Order: sequence, then structure tokens, then C-alpha cells
Amino acid sequence: MTTQFPVTGGGLPTGRPAGTSYDAGTDKPLLQISDLEVSFTTGVGEVKAVRGVDITVYPGQSVAIVGESGSGKSTTAHAVIDLLPGTGKVTGGSITFDGREIVGLPRVEMEAMRGRDIGLVPQDPMSNLNPVWRIGTQIDEALRANGFEGGRAERKERVAGLLAEAGLPDAARRARQFPHEFSGGMRQRSLIAIGLAARPKLLIADEPTSALDVTVQRQILDHLEVLTQELGTAVLFITHDLGLAAERAEHLVVMFKGRVVESGPARQILADPQHPYTKRLVSSAPSLASRRIQVAREEGATPDELLSHHADGEETRRRPIVQVRDLTKVFQIRGARPGASSDFTAVDNVSFTLPRGETLALVGESGSGKSTAANMVLGLLEPTSGVVEFDGTDVAGLSPKEQFAFRRRIQPVFQNPYGSLDPMFSIFSSIEEPLRLHQVGSKKEREARVRELLDLVSLPASTMRRFPNELSGGQRQRIAIARALALKPEVIVLDEAVSALDVLVQAQILELLGSLQDELGLSYLFITHDLAVVRQIADSVVVMQNGQVVEYASTDAVFDNPRQQYTRDLLAAIPGAGLEDAKIAG
Amino acid sequence: MLWYLGRRLLQLIPVFLGATLLLYGLVFLRPGDPVAGLGGERGLPEAVQEQIRQQYNLDEPFIVQYLLFLKGVFTLDFGVDFRGREITEVIAQALPVTFQLAMMALVIEAVFGLTFGLIAGMRKGGWFDGTVLVISLLVIAVPTFVMGFVLQFVVGVELGWLPVTAGRDPDFYTLLLPAIVLAATSFAYVVRLTRTSVAENLSADYVRTARAKGLRRTQVNGRHVLRNSLIPVVTFLGADLGNLMGGAVVTEGIFNINGVGGTLYDAIIRGENVTVVSLTTVLVIVYIAANLVVDLLYAALDPRIRYA
Amino acid sequence: MPENRTETLPGGRRPRPGQEHFAAELDEGGLGAVDAVSTTDAPSSLWRDAWRDMRRRPMFWVASAIIVLVVIVAAFPGWFTDIHPRFDCNLADSLGAPEPGHPFGYDKQGCDIFSRTLYGARASVLVGVMATAMVVLLGTTMGAVAGYFGGWFDAILSRITDIFFAIPLVLAAIVIMSITTNRTSFTVAFVLAAFGWTSIARISRGTVMSVKNNEFVTAAKSLGMGRGGILLKHVLPNSAAPIIVYATVALGTFIVAEATLSFLGIGLPPSTVSWGGDISQAQNAIRQAPQILFYPAGGLALTVLGFIMMGDVVRDALDPKARKR
Repeated sequence: MTTQFPVTGGGLPTGRPAGTSYDAGTDKPLLQISDLEVSFTTGVGEVKAVRGVDITVYPGQSVAIVGESGSGKSTTAHAVIDLLPGTGKVTGGSITFDGREIVGLPRVEMEAMRGRDIGLVPQDPMSNLNPVWRIGTQIDEALRANGFEGGRAERKERVAGLLAEAGLPDAARRARQFPHEFSGGMRQRSLIAIGLAARPKLLIADEPTSALDVTVQRQILDHLEVLTQELGTAVLFITHDLGLAAERAEHLVVMFKGRVVESGPARQILADPQHPYTKRLVSSAPSLASRRIQVAREEGATPDELLSHHADGEETRRRPIVQVRDLTKVFQIRGARPGASSDFTAVDNVSFTLPRGETLALVGESGSGKSTAANMVLGLLEPTSGVVEFDGTDVAGLSPKEQFAFRRRIQPVFQNPYGSLDPMFSIFSSIEEPLRLHQVGSKKEREARVRELLDLVSLPASTMRRFPNELSGGQRQRIAIARALALKPEVIVLDEAVSALDVLVQAQILELLGSLQDELGLSYLFITHDLAVVRQIADSVVVMQNGQVVEYASTDAVFDNPRQQYTRDLLAAIPGAGLEDAKIAG
Repeated sequence: MLWYLGRRLLQLIPVFLGATLLLYGLVFLRPGDPVAGLGGERGLPEAVQEQIRQQYNLDEPFIVQYLLFLKGVFTLDFGVDFRGREITEVIAQALPVTFQLAMMALVIEAVFGLTFGLIAGMRKGGWFDGTVLVISLLVIAVPTFVMGFVLQFVVGVELGWLPVTAGRDPDFYTLLLPAIVLAATSFAYVVRLTRTSVAENLSADYVRTARAKGLRRTQVNGRHVLRNSLIPVVTFLGADLGNLMGGAVVTEGIFNINGVGGTLYDAIIRGENVTVVSLTTVLVIVYIAANLVVDLLYAALDPRIRYA
Repeated sequence: MPENRTETLPGGRRPRPGQEHFAAELDEGGLGAVDAVSTTDAPSSLWRDAWRDMRRRPMFWVASAIIVLVVIVAAFPGWFTDIHPRFDCNLADSLGAPEPGHPFGYDKQGCDIFSRTLYGARASVLVGVMATAMVVLLGTTMGAVAGYFGGWFDAILSRITDIFFAIPLVLAAIVIMSITTNRTSFTVAFVLAAFGWTSIARISRGTVMSVKNNEFVTAAKSLGMGRGGILLKHVLPNSAAPIIVYATVALGTFIVAEATLSFLGIGLPPSTVSWGGDISQAQNAIRQAPQILFYPAGGLALTVLGFIMMGDVVRDALDPKARKR
């Protein structure tokens, strides 16, 4: 990717000249947050979301705040640009920008600073552009609000220039389009163009790519890095991914429950974390873990030493439990006008085998057809052609009665911990539902089974009386697993089952899945977009792109010796892949 | 856009046919002879009854009656009523009055509803918001005909600020009070809708982005909050035009206005079924047309629809 | 004390001031409690949460008080007055002012307004409740079936909904009631319901369509549960909230519609005491005796207000946006 820069002129400051080198200790800090406290007023009183936070950012430097959801990282960032949501208020400490205190600054002065001094690239590209205005108009607004001197034509040219600079091809035409005509990646690039339009000295990038596909994510982050370096813009990254943070920032700030638990040079924190929380984070982050495995393997360790839960015993592998042959699914897409319907092949001639007691990962980005394939394996979707064999029987040929029985042997766990449990059902009813439906045991026996299942997923029996909205994401996912296990299935289809969880919880669930596999001899079909997680759990990998199988091999083979460019791209997109070996604490 | 319009128009055909068939059927397909009941206690002479039956195709099978009626709709020839007046003429006299009344009401509810709703939404939880909310609740709770009475009595009779009744040739001034009464309930709904919509948009992500760009507060409010809040409100207003015209029966009755409502009420009392069906058909057409306009407005306001 | 570790970075540079390696002490909370389930609080389902939320709002209590009062009066008007609204009338009292025993005065026929206002509640509440019940039943069925099964079902049912939607409620009711000879509370409710169900059908169709995409529905499917079972057990209960909110407000609307029809003389017959009818009677006497308009209109407005306020409260309490955790 080449950057078409500089596009200077028009009366806007362009920041520092490209590639300025700095000398430690001589610069004045650009942003200094000291002892910051942010509170929200809720029904029960004042809740402190951020307590005693100190962060220093120097001009042109990149600093990352790392934390899980609820750690206060986004709140801190929003306090800096004075855009705290709802009842949020800075209740203590100070924030100085370029030596000037900005807490309590009058509204008009803060408005003048936004855009020109501090830019923001927000988190969700889908909701952060106004759907009713053209992209170009929305960038133009940023120029005009910050005193860009120039006529219509100049502004138009500059808008196109900014979009091009953010890596959008055909920028002049794109500027006339509306947000809904853009893909997520394109929208994020537009938001970067908006954030950098007035050449701010500091850019706050709030999880700028977490909603995007991994390969797009990497492209955009690379681009942002080059761009801010050339412009000399300081970047404050907000991210949940320690690997990503370490890769993109020289200074890290780790936050937990509203406090800074550790901060320091990125490499140092990775190599030698001091705080117990940071230690856990370093050891759990999938990107880092997968990197660690890679490094260890290169040094000659065997997989079993690295992964405790790999299926053992050759005898169980003899017969495949699920065999998929030439599976194809074609959807008809209804067009906007009559007769404009077209065929869309979501899954194209896909074959794979899931051996008993093993884990097979289906990896791909959005639109790769991995979930469609999984739904056909589950028997929820009729294949257009091809065969799904379960334990040697063609699933398509089952009578309704046989099909009902087949349901007991294969069960799903889904991605969204907030959507996978019926909010109207108590936890007991949710787990008991499969037993009741399949008329397993008496009422008493079913209750005993529910207790047993809760124990299996390490939740107290008292959870039974609770409702889903009282539980955390990780707990809900445990319940979903318990429900899936209720009928003692042989196969579990895990459709992005850990993708929506925080890093530490993700690690816990992966561990739970591993021990359940050992204990119950389960076979997993693991659907994910995240190759880093695959490294930790799968025995073999099917890489899918546009409905087709790109690569199908053992996990080790895929990671050590990827044969396809697309697989290599995916591997390269794992954050932290570029980190130096052996610098990560184990 | 053209495809979108075309598709919407196509969808309206079965709706129009279905709605008119339904109305026509309900009025004409009920037990009993519609003609025998005419002429009060004594009834009409047999010969006259026969003539009326023939004139209104009442001796034809129902579906033929309906088709003949449809033909009348498309040729704008609804026939004559029992008093020998051209129904088309009657409608042509009544419709403009009601249309003017409904448009005045629409403007009133739009201007006041949007203004109050916007201010209330911007300062949600403040005293203005609270007051507006209470007033809108009260306005919704008091039925139109009660409000008509009270306003007619207080503003018209006691204070004498505005004319009490409209009479034959109503002008803007005489229609003002009826229009306010007609607009009242819808005004309350517009206020509530605008308020919710504004409050929701204020916390939208794109509004935060707009602020982060460095836009001033007035710019953010005008170009982003208000602009986006207009979408549901305009949709409501468009659909409401049809409601206002249909709902004018009560208001026109109270203020003695010779509009569609008054004529319809008159026809109902006299049992002039053909006039009733003709008038309601016209109102249904207005209603359907208003909904089509809403779709177009929606598309104009929301580019996501325009290019769908 | 937090420790500050000053080490050199690769390349021999030292971290700049404010950026030294820092690690906080482990605070009292520690790292545990990541996955603890509270065992002391009472379990809270969606409805219990909504209830807890509503309980805190004064508006809920005001609305409840109004509704309870109106319903009791409608059910047992005899508890509050011994005077019969239609038979204990004396033309000599026509438009008489309030006096002891007759706190609201007399109407044109010389009937006690207090009694008529109390007895009038029954017609309104009866029509409102019946029409709402019918509308919820019909509208939810149509909407849920269309939304859940989709395809041809949806196409046909949605067109039918469009047809009924194209006829304004009051207009349709006026036309049909004017040709109905047998006017009872039931027929009025039936006619209102026949043309008033479309909004609920549209609402429930939309909700069902979004609920059925939830993963818990897919999970039930993969358990082998039938379509009907899923619709009844999972989809409908989760679609109930917006329907309940709409139904509460609709009840108020139907009461107004009934009064409008009675006012026009094509609703309930004069033999049934109703607020609409009384308001209609008051038309010509408003000048001499404002109370004859004021009390039935007040009763009507109060009742409608009660239901609309309740709808507002319930909507706020069940709002999924407010419930996001």
C-alpha cells in the first residue's frame, strides 16, 4: 500500500515534519493526564469509572491503553476529548494538553480544540457515520469547522485527497456516496480521514478496527501507522488486544477496573510483566499465546507439551464422526428490481472430516461461508448439493423420527452470549429444556442432571434460579455449553463461541472446552475468524474464503508451512505476529 | 428510485381494490333491502323503489355492482344521490374545504409539534420537557370532540376571539379554531415523537463523531440531530394527513363546516349508501396517496431507502 | 507503595519522564470474582426487573390508582351511589345545580350527573377492554404468523393488513356503525377491533421477525423443537413487551373511539349510559350548566389518561435500550 502524501496547503497546520526523531527527555509532554477521576451518576449514586489514572503522551508518540470491557479505557479517552457519554463527568485530577489545562475548559474553547488539536477515530464504523449525509460532506464538515480556508472546489479536492490518503481508491467518486454504500473497512478509512482532516497533534483511536475482518484490520492499522508517522501525529490507542497494543505502541498502559495497574515501555511489559493482572493478560491473550507456541515449536517442543488437552489415543481416531463431502449451498438473492434476483453460492464444494474426539477449526472472514457450512452440518439448513455424513449415515436421508434422535448427538454453542439464552427462561429451564423436550428421565432426575451440568461447567448450583441478564458474558457462555451438553452429544459445533468474550474469560472458556473434551471424548467443530485461537485448540484447520476451501491441513502444518497466500495473510494479520521472538513472558 | 416508486405503486393496487371492495361489501352486502327502508315510516312507492334499484344497479349481482361502482370511481362519475344531486359535484364541493382544514391542522401540528419536541428532547428531564410531557398527555387524554366543545365555548362564545362556526364559505380565519382542534391530538403525538427521536439521536455515535470533528453545538444540533430526527416525524405527518381528513367528521360536525365530514355525516343519517361509499372511497384514496407520499418523503430523507 | 522501575530500553534509551515502568499494588479486590454468581439477591427476570423499575416511578402509581379506581367504578357503580342513572330522574330537576346528595347536579332530563358519570364508566371500560382483547388476539396472530413463517404467508397476510390499514379507524367505524341496527357494547368493540388490529399486527410481525433471528431460537431448532413449539415457547414470550405497551395505549384510544361514536349518535344506544352519549347531550346546555359537560368529559379524560400514562411507564420499563447492561 502506498500513501499519497503529503496533501498539504489550505491553511491547515500539518504538524511536525515527517519522520522527526526525538531525544528522550527533551520534549515537553503533549498530553498529560494526572490522577484523573471520572464518575457517572446512576440510580444508586455516583459510580467512579476511572480512578487515579496517570498517562503521559509525548508529541509524535504512540501510546496504547489496554484493558477489558469495563476497565475504563474508553472513558479515559473520552474524557480527554470531553465527550463523555450521558452523566459522565471528570470529578478529579487534571488533563493538560500542550501545557494547557483542559478540564473545565469552556465549551466554545473545547469545540475549538476538537478536530484541530485532538482528533478521534471511533470504535464502530457502522454507527459513527451519519447515514443521511454523503461521505464527502461529512469530511468537508471537519475541514470547515476547523478553519480550512478555501473555496468549494478546493475543499472538494482536499476531501478527495484526504480519502485517498486514508487508502480509499477512486476517492473523488467515493466522496459522493453514502455510508451505507461502503463496506466496514471503507467506512473506517473514512473515519480516519475525518479524524486526521484538520491535522490534529493527537489522534485518539478507540478500538479502531475491532469490528473489522482480520486482514482488513491489519491493512488499516498499517496504514494508520504510516500516516501518523508521516504527519508526526501522536496516537492514543485504545484496545483490548495486548498483542496489538504491543505491536503498535511504544508505551503501554494496562487498565483494570478503572485503575492503571501497570504502565511502561511495551516490550518491557510484555517481557517482564509485574502486576498479577498483566501477567494473566500476557499469558492469556490468544495472539500472544499463539505466538508463544510458534516460538516454542521452532525451538523443538512437541505439541503435547504446549497443549494439555489434545486428544489422546490413536484408537479413537479411527472412524470420523462427521464427514462432509462436496457440500454446496446456493442462496437466491432478491434484487431491488423484478427479475434482478441472482444466485449466491455461500458454500462451494466444501469437503472435510471431523475425526472422533478431535477439534476441527473452520476459519474464515465474514462472508467466507463458514457459518453456513456449520448450519448444514447441524442440519439446520438444507444443502443444495453434497453430503453430510454423521457417524457413517447420510443426514439428509433421515426420517423425521431419526432426525429428532440425531439432534441429540450434535449440539451448537453460538457466539453472542447475550442472544444465545432465552431471556425469559431461568437458567434451570434453559438447561432443562433439551431434557424435557427429549423426555429424558423424571422431573427429579432432570433436576439432578442440571446440577451435574452446572458443576461440569464450574458454576454453583445456585445459578439455576438466576436469569440470563444477571450473568456475565462468560457465565452465559458456560450455561450455553451446559445446555449443549445436556443430551450427551458426541459433537459440539462452536460457532464463534469465544469471539465475543474478554481475553481472560476467553482463556477460561477455552480451558473448559479442553477439559470437557478430555473428560467426555467430545468432538468439536470450531468456527472462528481468529486464527490465534485456533492455534490453542484445534487439531486441524480448514481455511475458507468466498465459500471455498483454500487450505485444509493439520494445525501445525497450517501455521508452520502455509501453502496459500490467503492463509499467509491471515497468519500475518494475527496481532503480535511481528513481535520479536522470546520477548513474551510465558 | 424509480424502481422503488414503481414497486410501491404496484403494491397499492391490491390495497386499493381490497379496501374499496371491503367498504362496498360492508355497506351493500348486508341483510335487508337498502331501498325498502327509505322514505321514513311510510316507505317509498313501489315504482320509485324499482327505479332506485335500477339506477343503483341493485338488481345486479353484487360483484357486478361493485365493478360498476369501480368504473364510476375511475371515470369520476359516482352517479346521483337520492336527492338527485351529482355525487361527484357534492364531493367536489366538500373536498377542498376539508383539504384546507386538514392542511391547516397539519401545518399547526408540524410547526408547534416540532418546535416543542425539539426543545424538550434537547433538555430531556428539564422543566420545559416535563411541562410539555404533561400537556401532551392531557391533550391526548381529552377527546377531540370535548376539546372542540370547550374551545368553541371558551374562545368562540365567551371570549369572542374567533368565529364559532364556519358556515357556507369558510375562509382561513373561520377555519382557524377548527384546525387547532383537529390538530390537537396529532400535535401531542408529534411532540412526543420528536422528543424521543431527538433524545435518541443526541446519544448516537455519529453525533459524537460530529462533535469530535470540532463542530459547534448549533451545527451538530442542526445538521445531525434535527436532520435525523425529522425522518420518523415526517413519516408520521404524512400518514396523518389521511387521518386528519377522515377524522374531520367530528370537528366539522361541531363547527358546522360543509366539508367531507359534514357531508358524510349527513349522508349516513339519510341512509344514502352510495354517497357514503363514494365519499369513503375518496377518503381512502387520499389516505393511500398520503401514504405513498410518506414513502417518497422517507426515501428523500433517508438515502438508505432511496437506493435500496 | 507503587514501585517505579527505571530500566533502559533496547537501544540504550531511557524512558522519558512519566513513562517509566510502573506497576500498581494489588488492590483489596484482587483479581478474583471474575465469574462469581451472586447468590444472595433475589433472581431477577425481565418482568421482575421491569416491575422493580416501575415501582420507583410516581407516574406508575398515579396511573395504577386511576385505572384501579375506574375499573372498580365500572364493575360496581352501585357501591358509590344509590341513585339510578336512568330511572331516578325528574324533569323538574332539569339542569339543576349541585345540591346535597347530588354533588354534580342534574342533566337535561333531570338525572343525577354523579350517578350517570359513575355508570358511564362501565360502557367505556367494557368496550375498551373487549376491543383491546380482540385486537391483541387477532393482530398478534396475524403478525406472528406472517413474521415467523414468512414467504407466502407473509405476503398474503401483509397485504390483508395493508387493506385494513388503508381505511382510517374512525371512518370505518362510523360507516359500519351507521348501518348496524343491533348496537351493543360488543358490536361497538367488534367493529373497532375489526379495523383497529392492523397496528398490532405490524408491530408483532416486526418484533417476531427480529426475535426469530436470535441464537436461542436456532438453539431450540437444533434441539429438534418444532416450529409451532418455538413460536409459542420462545418467540411469542419475547415479543410480548411492545405488544403490551401498544395494547395499553390502544385501550385508551378505543375508549375515545367509542365515546366519539356515541357522541355522533351511532355508538351505544341512549338506553346504555355512556360518557360519549352524555357529552353529546351536553352540547346544547353547556352555557347554562357547564357541569353537564364537565363530569362525563372529565371521567373520559381521566380514564384515557390513566391508560396512556400506564403505557408510557410500561414502555420505559420494558425498553430494551434502557435494559442494555
